[in-house]
Amino acid sequence: MTAKIKARILEAQDMDRALTRIAHEILERNKGTQNLVLVGIKSRGEVLAERLANKIKAIEGTEVPWGALDITFYRDDAGTHKPGKAPEGTDLPFDVTNKKVVLVDDVLYTGRSARAAIDHIIDFGRPIAIRLAVLVDRGHREFPIHADYVGKNIPSSQKEEVLVKVKEKDGADEVLIMEGEL
Amino acid sequence: MSWKSKDLLTLEDFSAEEIAHVLDTANSFKEVSTRSVKKVPALRGRTVVLFFHEPSTRTRTSFELAAKRLSADILNVQTASSSLVKGETLIDTLKTLESMTIDAIVVRHKASGVPQMLANVTHASVINAGDGAHEHPTQGLLDLFTIREHKGSIAGLTVTIIGDITHSRVARSDIYGLTKLGAKVRLCAPPTLLPMGIEKMGVEIFYDLDKALEGSDVVYVLRLQLERQKKNLFPTIREYSMLYGVTSERLKRAKKDAIVMHPGPMNRGLEISSGVADGPASVIDEQVTNGVAVRMAVLYLLQGEKTQGENS
Repeated sequence: MTAKIKARILEAQDMDRALTRIAHEILERNKGTQNLVLVGIKSRGEVLAERLANKIKAIEGTEVPWGALDITFYRDDAGTHKPGKAPEGTDLPFDVTNKKVVLVDDVLYTGRSARAAIDHIIDFGRPIAIRLAVLVDRGHREFPIHADYVGKNIPSSQKEEVLVKVKEKDGADEVLIMEGEL
Repeated sequence: MSWKSKDLLTLEDFSAEEIAHVLDTANSFKEVSTRSVKKVPALRGRTVVLFFHEPSTRTRTSFELAAKRLSADILNVQTASSSLVKGETLIDTLKTLESMTIDAIVVRHKASGVPQMLANVTHASVINAGDGAHEHPTQGLLDLFTIREHKGSIAGLTVTIIGDITHSRVARSDIYGLTKLGAKVRLCAPPTLLPMGIEKMGVEIFYDLDKALEGSDVVYVLRLQLERQKKNLFPTIREYSMLYGVTSERLKRAKKDAIVMHPGPMNRGLEISSGVADGPASVIDEQVTNGVAVRMAVLYLLQGEKTQGENS
């Protein structure tokens, strides 16, 4: 644990504003909440998906179904990385067929998690479309994947780590850039 | 926690922490089997050999399904159709299979210790699917998983295992697993079906079924291995059934919310009445469902560790 905080990029209020804007953008491009579902990528993405669902409800007054994916078994390094803590499991309480799925994650980096999440989603059915919403896009993509909704673009070095913290899991809402090994 | 074993040979060698980790992982795999596409790509491109030297339907099909649902390729090697009938030794057969680059091998054999012997000479992960009267660790794990699902936790429960303990590898794995996780284990059988010194495993011995059932949270009925009767270990099947058969009437002595388990295949009307086997307390079908999830977890965890070892 030699990591040091290099910069605090977003504070709680900034994070909340970014999510509010994303909620509006989703509604704008989707023209409402019809066929819309939100699917968070565990574990931080799950928290963000729930918050987006709450914001959409506050704006439009309609409930948008939301769920969460555990992509452990879909990773392209499954079996080559040492399994750490037990997977939490996927929790999708609805059918994704003919739905517009918005995947929600905290950080978009190589694009490998998003690839795994897309594969995971289509094992459940055939959505009309899959979109991607992320709180932070830090660049360095390794796959042809881009985000449709971005909270903040943070150009980062590959030697750094971008850390998204959420109240529900980490006790505070903030986005940090860390230097050194986490 | 990190996973450190290449093989799964016994529950005796497993820590409570490792057992809990398998059960936690199995939780996620159970969900996979409820989907319309019952498959995840976690072990794509891996080869799992099912090496069975004893008849088995449920364990073999359960492992086969588990491997398939992880997208692994499977190979069935059975004694009758293998070179073993031409006199090849087990180890040579294994070496041949290993030369075709396999990743895991699931072994069942009538002799205790065969999986351990094979594990010593191969780089592949070896999973014990039952060796003689020694252990059947994945059955133990699926039993623990099923109990935990119903009771929340294992610690503090009273689990009564009834039947032919001497010849039961299931009982041995269950006893190791249950005692490690803090359950009180009672064994109930005629003295001829209880091995000498079994109480050293930290269990309580009963010869009277009614007393053993009193206050039990879990009633685990073992299959009466009818072939043993020829050795005169008990006078008649009828007498065994009258003294040790679990019926609805006798089950009333257990706790109200007690669950009834059986590793299968059942001799209905002998060690367990149909009323109990199909009754509200029975979780026998769930054990089979959970078996696939638990075996998926075991295959997944062992494969993850193996590759890690090769890389480092």
